[in-house]
Amino acid sequence: MKGGFIDEGLPEEWGARPVTDSYSPSRETTEGRVYNVSGGGDWDSVFADDPLHEERLVVNMGPQHPSTHGVLRLVLELEGETVTDARLVVGYLHTGIEKNTEFRTWTQGSTFVTRCDYLAPLFNETAYCMAVEKLLGAVVPERANLIRVLMMEINRISSHWVWLATGGMELGALTAMTNGFRAREKCLDILELITGLRMNHAYIRVGGLAQDLPDNAIEKIRAWIKDMDTEIHGVDRLLRGQPIWINRLKGVGWIGVEGCLSLGLTGPMLRAAGLAWDMRKTEPYLGYETYDFDVPTDDGGDCWSRFVVKVAEMRESLRIIAQVLDRIEQTPGRVMVDDPKIAWPAQLSIGSDGMGNSAAHVNKIMNGSMESLIHHFKLVTEGFRVPTGQAYVAVESPRGELGAHVVSDGGTRPYRVHLREPSFINLQATATMAIGGQIADVIASVASLDPVMGGCDR
Amino acid sequence: MTESSDLAQPGGERELDLAQTQGALPVDQHRPGMFGVTGSGDTSGFSGLKRQPWVELPAQRPFGSFFDEVVEAFEQAYPEHEQAIRKIVVDRDELTIHIAREHIAMVCKTFRDDPSLRFELLSAVSGVDYLAREGADGERLHVAYHLTSMTYRRRIRLEVSLTTADPHLPSVTAVYPTADWQERETWDMFGIIFDGHPALTRILMPDDWDGHPQRKDYPLGGVPVEYKGASIPPPDERRVYR
Repeated sequence: MKGGFIDEGLPEEWGARPVTDSYSPSRETTEGRVYNVSGGGDWDSVFADDPLHEERLVVNMGPQHPSTHGVLRLVLELEGETVTDARLVVGYLHTGIEKNTEFRTWTQGSTFVTRCDYLAPLFNETAYCMAVEKLLGAVVPERANLIRVLMMEINRISSHWVWLATGGMELGALTAMTNGFRAREKCLDILELITGLRMNHAYIRVGGLAQDLPDNAIEKIRAWIKDMDTEIHGVDRLLRGQPIWINRLKGVGWIGVEGCLSLGLTGPMLRAAGLAWDMRKTEPYLGYETYDFDVPTDDGGDCWSRFVVKVAEMRESLRIIAQVLDRIEQTPGRVMVDDPKIAWPAQLSIGSDGMGNSAAHVNKIMNGSMESLIHHFKLVTEGFRVPTGQAYVAVESPRGELGAHVVSDGGTRPYRVHLREPSFINLQATATMAIGGQIADVIASVASLDPVMGGCDR
Repeated sequence: MTESSDLAQPGGERELDLAQTQGALPVDQHRPGMFGVTGSGDTSGFSGLKRQPWVELPAQRPFGSFFDEVVEAFEQAYPEHEQAIRKIVVDRDELTIHIAREHIAMVCKTFRDDPSLRFELLSAVSGVDYLAREGADGERLHVAYHLTSMTYRRRIRLEVSLTTADPHLPSVTAVYPTADWQERETWDMFGIIFDGHPALTRILMPDDWDGHPQRKDYPLGGVPVEYKGASIPPPDERRVYR
């Protein structure tokens, strides 16, 4: 029954109005007009003129979809199960971190940038601090550099565990998730032992570190290495020969080296495509050239290769950690630059009421030396000045090149801080990997990118 | 401390600022006074609240490091280099080439394709608003392109400067597709328009947002507090150390 504007069954003063329409056919009964809307016909009318594409469907995946790693929104155009177009919407987690740093001291900048990529906070801190140190011309003590390497490699392993755990969960490998998060928790225990916090450490400061390693740290990390080796071996053995895991990953989400370079993909994405580009080897910083480790690569360029590369990377990180522990033991000394105009005046320590300034320092400034008190107050409230100029420093984060572009106008606060976030850049590749594939493969592709929306949106 | 008394003092704050303006101080400069204040014994830092402008001095050849090689190779590969290069700055082991805005896309293409340059990767695009050092030309908006050569393992920075009245420059997305989102972010945050970009829309801020938040003159909100009519001023209007 087609809709019209002539109403034959109602009083005339009600006027002419539509009584039926194509979405809700109606019929007369003894109890009045009955509409039938169960057909759900609006899609029929949308696609009535396009019989060849009657399966076309636009689906919003996210921003609250569990397998989009936070608040990533994918707008997918589907033809049956096949993705014909994919658009990404980001920015839901934009917190203005870059703008915020412009209104804090240089030291407080650490506390802000650590909250960008919350799975790899120590990399954000290191990139930012190295850029500021480049502007200052400050030379960081060797022991601080060694501990930075140690912390970053532990963090790389914990970040890769989250990738494996969430990626496994999204593809139905729930044991990978439970085992992965259990292993990650062990990494966070070590980070908590050293920095006092599981995440958002603000441990790496301009000029060095917030505090030295606690006494029992090295011993505990040695035990942790053995434990981690078993954990990595276990998950690797669980997944590598698993037929479903192989079928879900092999040949999915392919991007070659040319595609990686033009889209700006770095890190495991690029290495899984076959180019051994790792800035720890190619542009060594913090003495990475002196460690004995390999850069794992694979030539598949698909999700499976990324799995292979990342698991191998975790093992290489363990090798670096074992070496750096020996060096830390042989390298005593300060962990903060020896310049009282830059160095944080107090070393933090853990007391009976939690972490704070060391008791000896508090005693000195409150009872001993007025000059020390003034110095402490000035450096903490006002901060130090950084000579004018700009610097760009990049480090190899678990997701690729993490760069910090820092500009100073000579003041006590940054003039501009920009982070080149690998999550932000790498997500651009999603459409390339998704279009033409199955909708289920979109999940595998996004998981292999390992995006962290805190870093992407900043 | 007034400005005139400051000027009268040799080695005073003003002189330090002048020296900074001229880019004459080396990186590990000796800064008299703990926080840049001398003479009066005032270390409160409140004596001068204005930020002074600064400029980057052009570098003289030879630049050192690999920089000469890169600049010479570019000059050979790009016939219009005299119009394209506006200034070359070498600071802290980093080479910055200031490019005339109409040339930026072609210059990027040359840097990517020339066999002796081979900057395959565009690492980062970021904007900077140099409101504090805006000169007579009014070109306060800068776009910095960080280029990486994987073949030669080199990094350089290209920089383009624009006025807020005419913030247009060619997009480099055709040369480096990775610039897509980064240019959208720069438009979003600084209001810089990349002509030829396939879809220059906001990316981090909501679509209906007004203004460009990373500009230095973007108004920031204060926080009213219900205590004797007081309010917390916006962060950029608070008393600051300089």
